[in-house]
Amino acid sequence: MLEQIEGSKAMARVIALCRPQVICAYPITPQTHIVEGLGDLVREGALETCEFINVESEFAALSVAIGSSAAGARSYTATASQGLLFMAEAVYNAAGLGLPIVMTLGNRAIGAPINIWNDHSDAMALRESGWVQLFAETNQEAADLHVIAFRLAEELSVPVMVCVDGFILTHAMERVDIPTQQDVDAYLPPYEPVQVLDPADPISIGAMVGPDAFTEVRYLQYYKQHTAFDLIADLAAEFAERFGRASGGLLRQYRSADAELVVVAMGSVNGTIKDVIDEMRGEGLSVGLVTLVTFRPFPTAALQQALAQARHVLVIDRSLDPGMGGPLASNVDLALRNLASPPAIHSAIAGLGGRPVTKASLHRLFRQAMTEPWEGPHFLDLNERVVGRELHRRGKARRSGPAAESILKILETERAAAFQARSETAK
Amino acid sequence: MQKLKFYQKGTLTVGNRLVDEASHNVQASQERSNSLTCGHRACQGCGEALGARYAIDAAMRAAGKQLIAVNATGCLEVFTTPYPETSWQMPWMHSLFGNAAAVATGAAAAMRVTGKSTTRVVAQGGDGGTTDIGFGCLSGMFERNDDVLYICYDNEGYMNTGVQRSSATPPAARTATTPAIGAQPGNVFGTGKFVPKIAVAHDIPYVATASVADLHDLEAKVTKAMAFHGARYIQINVPCPLGWGAASHDTIRLARLAIETGLFPIFEAEYGRITQVRRIRRPKPVAEYLKLQRRYAHLFRDGVEDPRVARIQAIADRHIDEYGLLET
Repeated sequence: MLEQIEGSKAMARVIALCRPQVICAYPITPQTHIVEGLGDLVREGALETCEFINVESEFAALSVAIGSSAAGARSYTATASQGLLFMAEAVYNAAGLGLPIVMTLGNRAIGAPINIWNDHSDAMALRESGWVQLFAETNQEAADLHVIAFRLAEELSVPVMVCVDGFILTHAMERVDIPTQQDVDAYLPPYEPVQVLDPADPISIGAMVGPDAFTEVRYLQYYKQHTAFDLIADLAAEFAERFGRASGGLLRQYRSADAELVVVAMGSVNGTIKDVIDEMRGEGLSVGLVTLVTFRPFPTAALQQALAQARHVLVIDRSLDPGMGGPLASNVDLALRNLASPPAIHSAIAGLGGRPVTKASLHRLFRQAMTEPWEGPHFLDLNERVVGRELHRRGKARRSGPAAESILKILETERAAAFQARSETAK
Repeated sequence: MQKLKFYQKGTLTVGNRLVDEASHNVQASQERSNSLTCGHRACQGCGEALGARYAIDAAMRAAGKQLIAVNATGCLEVFTTPYPETSWQMPWMHSLFGNAAAVATGAAAAMRVTGKSTTRVVAQGGDGGTTDIGFGCLSGMFERNDDVLYICYDNEGYMNTGVQRSSATPPAARTATTPAIGAQPGNVFGTGKFVPKIAVAHDIPYVATASVADLHDLEAKVTKAMAFHGARYIQINVPCPLGWGAASHDTIRLARLAIETGLFPIFEAEYGRITQVRRIRRPKPVAEYLKLQRRYAHLFRDGVEDPRVARIQAIADRHIDEYGLLET
């Protein structure tokens, strides 16, 4: 049924339709509305046979889910940013144990400096943890991906992270088609664990593994992720057939088949990019888009196919590896380097810590990628004057103070000066 | 009428021969679950292996063998599961060092929600995994009153990683991170915590301390704990021959001396109130306990008793006073 609904509430409704049996709740912005919504549904009785547990930390949230999943219950939790890092040890553990937990990640920046707004630093920080990572473009997809995620997780017995841009999706009111319980039940059968703590058939789970077997156990994790490529594509097709819309899959292409410049991006920024592409196409510029839905496992073959004809590939990263640049760009680069005639790769870092990625900036960026390509990462809309002033200031004194506070001070000084100038002009 | 008490000669404890048939300790019988069976890799004289075997078998009996165990990382986890061998004749899971209480909460929730609430859950860990790194998850499990019995095998240090100090390491004890070097060798005074007291402060249904020196009492307490639903906590004093620098054959003697000096008070509490203490007939001087352990050797160097022995005696005396341990 179509509803005008907040992203988090829509996700909560659809997660409830997936009949999770254990939900671990711990608040962290911007994920909180999801578990609040689920809590309401449990209290109202809309979600029956479900243990809703208020835990004391994210580390406990995922640890409780590890216990409940291993004991045979469909288990769900949600987190963001610092929360994901606080549970990092359990994130790896859940993957290593092969427990099909589904977790929503309300993507948010990681401090310091503390910042509650959206970027992909959290998901990128744990990209090597062994979880499947799916990125939603819209609220509809954010809701839909959870149905696919439970099915995928349980078929492969791997945990799945549904990455949803904080605020931009979690807090936005949008039209979402909430599926029926019958359709979700038909798509998602009850949880049949491949390993379970059961007194009738006692097993030990979590033994120590030494050098003689560790590589093989890890290889199986790699193997499982590789078998996910076909499954993810199949599940998206089956989803489209049952629910009548395209959600999930490895990647989506938009006007990219003949494009000279193909942009690669993940998450909600794809909407803006498509608008810009339409406008540039109208001006006769050959631009297209590949939206990566599945980031882990990284769909190398699908990307090679989608980007083989492009002359320029512009990768938009919503996170930064300070010692390297854009993690998505590095991954795309690695995927394309062995093509017969690989495209030139351009990397842009955009929208860090909630900075809006505007159409105007993207117009400039896309044109520049085709006409004056750059080396290394390009920081979209970087305030170079402020950075310059700060670097100059730092060069003058050993005890130059904390960086974040200095930048804020310079910005405030500039604002005050601009205000002063405006008032004088007015006089 | 005066109640007669029989004690074994020498040890001053009540032995099997002196109690009625029904109260006998049974080491081997067909009914015994042997949840932690032989063949594991614990050191000779390991107090933890002994404590775990009795505790888990008692819990198995109480739960009608419908029991799941969750284990923190540590000696018990490592020495019982040199896979493909495992000593656990029960569903057993190890996740991480600091999350055993939370994983157990999850397992208990899964049992409730899948209609198997007769299957009970125990979590277990050493003192490092309980009083330090796992303390947040433990307190959360207590506070929510989750249906989990958490058993801490307290050997007063991080023995699995090579004997480092934990918050359960007693003052003056030598560990790898509180070496017997300098003006104040060993662990400092005035630090550490006694988690059973903190557990009592959570007002949970049942808290107890126990010792491998009195397996009968240990079994009775585990059985009693299993009669409650909600969060329960038992801390068992388990001497570690390796970490304490003691002879393997002295494990039980040391555990008994820990009780009889007053250093390890044995008590029970229900819903936030202490209901029972185990009284001491003839308090032993702490020196008798300390001298058997090389971790305290620096207190008796060259036949001279360090003044800090008196401070340890004061701690024991304070316990005797605080818990009313002296038999009257």
